[in-house]
Amino acid sequence: MTGVGAPPAPAQTPAQAVAAAPPAPRRARWARAWRFRSLYLMLLPGLIYFAVYKYAPMYGVIIAFKDYNLGLGIVASPWADPWFKYFDQFFSSPYFGQLMVNTFLISAYKLFWGTVPCLVLALLFNECRVTWLRRWVQTISYMPHFLSWVIVFGITVAFVSQSTGLINRGLEGLGAEPIGFLTSTDWFRTILVGADTWKDLGWGAIIYLAAMVGIDPERYEAARVDGAGRLRQIWHITLPGIRNVIILLFVLRLGNILDAGFEQVYVFYNVQVYSVADIIDTWVYRVGLEQLNFSLAAAVGLFKAVTGLVLIILANRLAKRWDGQLW
Amino acid sequence: MVTGREDRIVNGVVYALLLLVAVVSVFPLLFVLSASLTPYSEVLRNGGYVVLPSEFTLDAYRALLAEPAIPRALGVTVFITVVGTAINMVLTTLMAYPLSRRELPGRSAVLFMLLFTMMFSAGLIPTYLIVKATGLVDTIWAMIIPSAVGVFNVLIMKTFFDHLPQELIESARIDGAGEFRILVRIVLPLARPVMLTLGLFYAVGHWNEIFHAILYIRDQDLYPLQIVVRNIFLRSQSIENVDAAALPTVTMQMAAVVIAAVPMIVIYPFIQKHFQKGVLLGSVKS
Repeated sequence: MTGVGAPPAPAQTPAQAVAAAPPAPRRARWARAWRFRSLYLMLLPGLIYFAVYKYAPMYGVIIAFKDYNLGLGIVASPWADPWFKYFDQFFSSPYFGQLMVNTFLISAYKLFWGTVPCLVLALLFNECRVTWLRRWVQTISYMPHFLSWVIVFGITVAFVSQSTGLINRGLEGLGAEPIGFLTSTDWFRTILVGADTWKDLGWGAIIYLAAMVGIDPERYEAARVDGAGRLRQIWHITLPGIRNVIILLFVLRLGNILDAGFEQVYVFYNVQVYSVADIIDTWVYRVGLEQLNFSLAAAVGLFKAVTGLVLIILANRLAKRWDGQLW
Repeated sequence: MVTGREDRIVNGVVYALLLLVAVVSVFPLLFVLSASLTPYSEVLRNGGYVVLPSEFTLDAYRALLAEPAIPRALGVTVFITVVGTAINMVLTTLMAYPLSRRELPGRSAVLFMLLFTMMFSAGLIPTYLIVKATGLVDTIWAMIIPSAVGVFNVLIMKTFFDHLPQELIESARIDGAGEFRILVRIVLPLARPVMLTLGLFYAVGHWNEIFHAILYIRDQDLYPLQIVVRNIFLRSQSIENVDAAALPTVTMQMAAVVIAAVPMIVIYPFIQKHFQKGVLLGSVKS
């Protein structure tokens, strides 16, 4: 029996033969890995980054089960009694229901208003026969995607500010009372979702448009021969042709439904609208980093992360049914 | 043709709606620009802001740039954009290239490790504690290091490398070139489009940076532009005492928005093609 890769040389000394025989596969593996040392060296800085800033915090999650004390640190802080103390505190607090409702509603509205208008816009692009017009509108409509939430907030203020906003001036002109949209619990979510839709309308259309471009032109030809007009072609060919893409994107976004958009909500909200605007992430931020209740905030964050993981796995299962995969 | 009439109607509706989309996308920006140039007298006369005021003033910009906060914040943002993007690109490339080599032992384990962070994250608080433990809180690096590599971008670049002609790399290796040499001399020159796209994505992310600053920065001298602009909205009173009397708060606020938006809007027409390519590259992957 010769080791893998060991030359069948008769001049082999007994010692070498012994060393090469049983552990040969392992050694061969290390030898193989050694050949790739410069590639591993390249990976190293990135791996260190992930270990320190992504995986070490996963260990830090244990503070959700401890009475975290800034002075003592993660390891030395005493365990909470009972271990689910902070989870219990959250689930039995009035915040729990409110945060879940807000997070879910804001996400669901964004999901709808971030899908249907984009789809319609993609259809418009697809139906536009004037190339330069389509290009221009595409270029213009993608731009808001690259503006920060602070800028979008500023733009929103210009329109909805109670004292000077354009919309309220219009309302006054009509003899109506001005509305404090950003401080009104009735209006806040609408404004939030509206701003989100405006920002990503064109950007969100790109992927649907790409799917539409991939539809076989012969199918349109065949439909035309059968006498189908433009609208019927849209209904019977374009939309079914991108059905899978629509469902896939929808399901994947469903998996991220607990992410209602920390940055946007943080930039847009204010104390008056906490009851409708506060989402899990903003609450975790305030409880953890403003009130310094690290353990409670970490417990809620962990609850969100675990639920999110389950949702993403479920979403991927579902998505596979429609022939798409996340990983 | 039977469908001639329907065709014309559909075309008409399509063009009208597309023009509407263009107006909806651009008008808010023009309105903000006009508001940022509106003097107090105009606001009083019209009872608010109008789309086209009859008088313009640059006072708001003068006042903002005279404040130390804005120029300093611009400096911070430029620094994190330049240095941050450089670090992002180096690390992303160094990860994407080995991961594109199918024969690399342990490749799938590393890929899984990356993907897992996309599905599960420890959350704000434990991440904050680590950032604090590594001494980054209240330093400019808190806005650079904790987001040094984007998993999605690594995957996009890896996919691009996957599709490069393998024979080129193979023959270079036979000629005795080391991996670093292959990466720099052969792979990178071929990867110009993806490098440009990802570099721009990273740069935009840094320019718009606010998230890490919200979490990790308490020192006002380190505030990036976005935070300072936001604070102008929150504490509009305090900044008004500069040159104030003749300047309404909202004019100042809008001028701040324009200062934060202008660099993006000016370079956007030149770079938008690359973004479009990037999103399609990304979607092929998922």
